[in-house]
Amino acid sequence: MNTRQAIRSTNDFVIKFANINGSGSASANELFARAIMRMGVTVSPRNIFPSNIQGMPTWYEMRVSGEGWLARRGGCDMMVAMNPQTWDRDVAELAPGGYLVYDSTKMLPRSKFRDDITVIGIPLTEMCNRDYTDVRQRQLVRNIMYVGALVALLDIDLADTERLVSEQYRGKDKLIDANVRALRLGHDYAREHFSCPLGLRVERADAVGDRIFIDGNSACGLGAVYGGATVAGWYPITPSTSVVEAFGSYCRKFRTDPDSGKARYAIAQAEDELAAIGMVIGAGWNGARAFTATSGPGISLMQEFLGLAYFAEIPAVIYDVQRGGPSTGMPTRTQQSDLLACAYASHGDTRHVLLFPEDPYECFTLGAQAFDLAERLQTPVFVMLDLDIGMNERLCRPFDWDDSRRYDRGKLLTHADLEAGKEFGRYLDVDGDGIPYRTIPGTHPTKGAYFTRGTTRNPYAKYSEAGTDYVYNMERLRRKFDTAKTLVPAPVLTKASAPTRIGAICYGSTGPAMAEAIALLEDDGIHVDTLRVRAFPFSDEVMDFIAAHDHVFVVEQNESAQLRTMLINEGEITPKKLVRVLHYDGTPITARFIAGRIADELVAFKVSTLEPHANPLRKVAP
Amino acid sequence: MTYLAKPKLLRADTPRNALGYTRRDYEGAISTLCAGCGHDSISASIVQACFDLDIEPHRVAKLSGIGCSSKTPDYFLGNSHGFNSVHGRMPSVLTGAALANRTLLYLGVSGDGDSASIGIGQFAHAMRRGVNMTYIVENNGVYGLTKGQFSATADKGSKNKKGVVNADSPIDLAALALQLGATYVARSFSGDKEQLVPLIKGALHHRGPAFIDVISPCVTFNNHTGSTKSYDYVREHNAAVNRLDVILPKAQIEASYPPGSLRRVVQHDGSILHLRKVGVDYDPSDRIGAMNHLQERHALGEIVTGLLYVDSSGDDMHAHLNTVEKPLNQLGDAYLCPGSSALAALNASLR
Repeated sequence: MNTRQAIRSTNDFVIKFANINGSGSASANELFARAIMRMGVTVSPRNIFPSNIQGMPTWYEMRVSGEGWLARRGGCDMMVAMNPQTWDRDVAELAPGGYLVYDSTKMLPRSKFRDDITVIGIPLTEMCNRDYTDVRQRQLVRNIMYVGALVALLDIDLADTERLVSEQYRGKDKLIDANVRALRLGHDYAREHFSCPLGLRVERADAVGDRIFIDGNSACGLGAVYGGATVAGWYPITPSTSVVEAFGSYCRKFRTDPDSGKARYAIAQAEDELAAIGMVIGAGWNGARAFTATSGPGISLMQEFLGLAYFAEIPAVIYDVQRGGPSTGMPTRTQQSDLLACAYASHGDTRHVLLFPEDPYECFTLGAQAFDLAERLQTPVFVMLDLDIGMNERLCRPFDWDDSRRYDRGKLLTHADLEAGKEFGRYLDVDGDGIPYRTIPGTHPTKGAYFTRGTTRNPYAKYSEAGTDYVYNMERLRRKFDTAKTLVPAPVLTKASAPTRIGAICYGSTGPAMAEAIALLEDDGIHVDTLRVRAFPFSDEVMDFIAAHDHVFVVEQNESAQLRTMLINEGEITPKKLVRVLHYDGTPITARFIAGRIADELVAFKVSTLEPHANPLRKVAP
Repeated sequence: MTYLAKPKLLRADTPRNALGYTRRDYEGAISTLCAGCGHDSISASIVQACFDLDIEPHRVAKLSGIGCSSKTPDYFLGNSHGFNSVHGRMPSVLTGAALANRTLLYLGVSGDGDSASIGIGQFAHAMRRGVNMTYIVENNGVYGLTKGQFSATADKGSKNKKGVVNADSPIDLAALALQLGATYVARSFSGDKEQLVPLIKGALHHRGPAFIDVISPCVTFNNHTGSTKSYDYVREHNAAVNRLDVILPKAQIEASYPPGSLRRVVQHDGSILHLRKVGVDYDPSDRIGAMNHLQERHALGEIVTGLLYVDSSGDDMHAHLNTVEKPLNQLGDAYLCPGSSALAALNASLR
């Protein structure tokens, strides 16, 4: 092709790896991402993988952004096409002027290529077969070999990358040698045969700072350790499985009794999600901090128990790593579509506390805070993350913890309290905040025992079907939910650079795309204030924000505008004021999509900041 | 049911146990079940067993599912915390509770509807997981609260109150418990407290999953001719394999038995199970033999009762998970939170 047409960009491009799942590509691709971060440049990689163990296509899409944007950008500037199965679509996906890296061991007909891209063929298989004898090793080092080639092609520091290999295989010298050799083979081949660097390249910067690189599920597992969880009841389900796996691995490290070698935690793999949440509720009732991790189908199965925990007022923490629904839906794709199923889980009148972490840092902090809230409020608390932040590693603030912080065990009557003759009515609103006092089994030989049930009862936990008792209880639960508003994490307000009557609300993993979209809009003179909601029930700031703006866009990754429904419901907002911006094809939302939709809508409203029909962002495809 | 509260005054000579408690201290709210319900006899047996064993009431946690049987924990051990959970799910709630505090005694009460239908999965998994509990099924072969439908334990060929014959095969929960790894399996009859009370005592002193299937006639919906769970039928077809006495370590053993008539099993806590031979030569340590015996006798229309199987060397879920001795719900912040320095090291490893 004409090289003048080739994309030229430093520290700002999207590179995509097309692999076969189960081939060991994930660790090589991650190594590549880390090598760029070691150069001080921001990257945000995302795994796009099938619900399968081995043999199906998988992609690793990585955005390099000098400006530090972490959301998915969309498009593809360089394709590392390692999967013959998906060759045609992978080649077709490349932007004009893009770069195609492939294994040239086997000759491909000219028709398999495009003439508007730069093709870089490296005989990876041939090189592996020549230098490595072990069959499985050949496949693994082939991945490292293309990383080596990319290091040369994109001008990444080879020494940094070699150091990363040594760190990754610390203590396994044989593996270090084999991998470093493969890295150099790939690197040297590229240097010898192509003019390095290409138009795309990485230049050392200082944009990463002290940030850490971790996935949200691991951060949740760590949050559960710091939050004091001792019991986990769970059932494996994509994309939540690694939450409990991480909890287990952090517990082995931090919660093994140094003297006895015994565990200060218990993890029970249940027979299904019903038993998983049942165990959590049993443990919570008995005074242990307990949690489960699941995804949409699990939430459906847990409904009955969630109603029990709500009505019997038992603390529980549920990490819901959302995926595409309904039904089995898209098990390996991301969505924010369980909000209504969680906020109003179970039959009858229920309301549950939800937290919306934006990134792994908040998965950790909110993931730990959830246990304080659950015990303070004596109710289930949901941490609503999604596959995009749960299963992808993301740069985020380093974790921090205030050592003076003590767990808030809530209104728990002790043996001494009972001995002192404190009146105990399990469902009595003593303090006017709707939160009753509780006792845990075994506290006192003759005082404080009560019978827990999902049926109605009077304030002293005695069975009652009297309307007055029922209404007292429901009004108290309502008061308790109002109290929750003051305890949950506050929303995060970002003001536009100029005063504006336009606002946008987002939550969870949409945060980074939202921030970037606002910057894109600002470039075009459109000012939008944003509010990132971090919890349900909505605190007063959320309603004040809506009141302070004429139009409020509600940006969500689901089809039915679930947060918008909740805002309308709970805040008695005129529906027309809240404009839907919905992305739900299973890929993470992009800034281009949000900015495009907001600009379009503003044109439709004829909002004064824009010339009608002159919307510069209209031409940007979502 | 009765509406008359029991008088609070106690006679001076009311028997007290070693802790100074009377039987009344182990009772609960007044039962709302039908007069003559077998379940009330089981509640009374639980009261008797806990009184005799000098168990502090607050050291027991009693849990149940939904149904007539699951209402009963309100009617015994009023000084114990109770949890009437959701239908068929008592085992998971109890499992979680047991994980939170390994030092309490866990008593799960369920019924045939609760455990053999909706809850059969949770029943099975609690048994195989080795939860340290006493699991009592109050088995009447019928749905009482919804007025007389067959349950999954109703025998094939038995008739309901309206004369309809049950066409479905029955589920034998005791046989399942044996297969699934319960280490104490018994069957009894609510009309035979002399047999039932010691079986409950032995179970409460057992480590690991202890299961007792108690045939408990429903006087309103399943006590007629043609039922195989009526008082008359069970009395006529009861084929006990042994009689149990539970001897606590602190008690003096005074009883004497004819040679060859007694089998002695020492449990993990030193309690001794004396199994007196009744008719057949039965070996309660032979799991396969027990399973065969149940099937053979069932085919003959007999209801095998007694302590069917005991393995006193078994451990429990806490042993499998290697959890600390101190209850997890009593570990303080310092034992749970690794603190900021651990976090700094962790952050460094993530760059």
